[in-house]
Amino acid sequence: MSREWPLWEVFIRSQHGLAHKHVGSLHAPDGEMAINNARDVYTRRNEGVGIWVVKAGDIVSSSPGDKAPLFEPSNSKVYRHPTFFPMPEEVKNL
Amino acid sequence: MLDDKFDYLLRLGDNALVLSQRLSEWVGKGPALEEDMALANTALDLIGQARLWLAYACEVEGAGRTEDQLAFMRDAQEFKNLLLVEQPNSGSGDGGGGGYADTLMRQYLFDSWHLLLLDGLTRSADERMAGIAEKAKKEVTYHLRRSTDLLVRLGDGTEESHRRMQAALDDLWMYTGEMFTADEVDQVLESQGVAENVAALRLTWLEQVGRTLTAATLVMPSPDAWMQKGGKHGRHTEHMGFLLADMQFLQRAYPGQQW
Repeated sequence: MSREWPLWEVFIRSQHGLAHKHVGSLHAPDGEMAINNARDVYTRRNEGVGIWVVKAGDIVSSSPGDKAPLFEPSNSKVYRHPTFFPMPEEVKNL
Repeated sequence: MLDDKFDYLLRLGDNALVLSQRLSEWVGKGPALEEDMALANTALDLIGQARLWLAYACEVEGAGRTEDQLAFMRDAQEFKNLLLVEQPNSGSGDGGGGGYADTLMRQYLFDSWHLLLLDGLTRSADERMAGIAEKAKKEVTYHLRRSTDLLVRLGDGTEESHRRMQAALDDLWMYTGEMFTADEVDQVLESQGVAENVAALRLTWLEQVGRTLTAATLVMPSPDAWMQKGGKHGRHTEHMGFLLADMQFLQRAYPGQQW
């Protein structure tokens, strides 16, 4: 398996003002080629205006086993959600 | 006069069409998924360009032929593409291990010339041609970026990849001379301000290619070496008939068939 190119995670910004969004992964020997490959594999249908690639191994992830202590405590705290304000219709990407 | 422009448009369209066909042969067989899709994307860009050039050629000809008829119902001697683009994916330079070196080298040698040519055509007195060139130039700018990147990586890669790239370069070099030989069609279109003199691109091309090959640690063969020619006038290598047999079979066996 050491002959395989390393795995990269690909993030695409679909339009200005939006955040980069994870779209998938690919293999490439280095960052420059990962960008080219991401362009060829993930932007064929005019999806993006910007690309990030990150080595999959460099991503630090939370563990699925920690779900309860990490996320459940906020379930019961509805007052933290800003859902009590009326939003103007023109504001879309908030 | 119109015949000259028709001929010139065929050259542009046939280069794109034939190279697209060659690249399409890789679909499903690329050395990695990412490479497979990149070649397919390039092939699709080129087929789009071929359609624009050939559709315009049909209008200029005014004989009621369609772009499909030009693509599928002409024989080898009526195709005006460069000999370079019809060369097979697996030439003798591959060392018997698959022809990816030939594919990439062919692509680089063509892309580097194609971009210079299209850049000149964006200033064409023929607005339709300038518009097509403008669109194609964006696509080909990326093609060149990608083929340059891979050429340098593999030329300056392992001993094996270096050897294969050098062999591919040595094999294909004799097909590059034709890109810069201007004939009467080129001269007529130049005098009309429609196209720039293709011979004038040679020094710029040699300089650019020389720089890239140096970065790739590859040795450029002599620019004054003996060169093949004939593609622009319909005299092709033995590979052309096989390529057309593949590409044209369906329309030859079932004329006008659609899906």
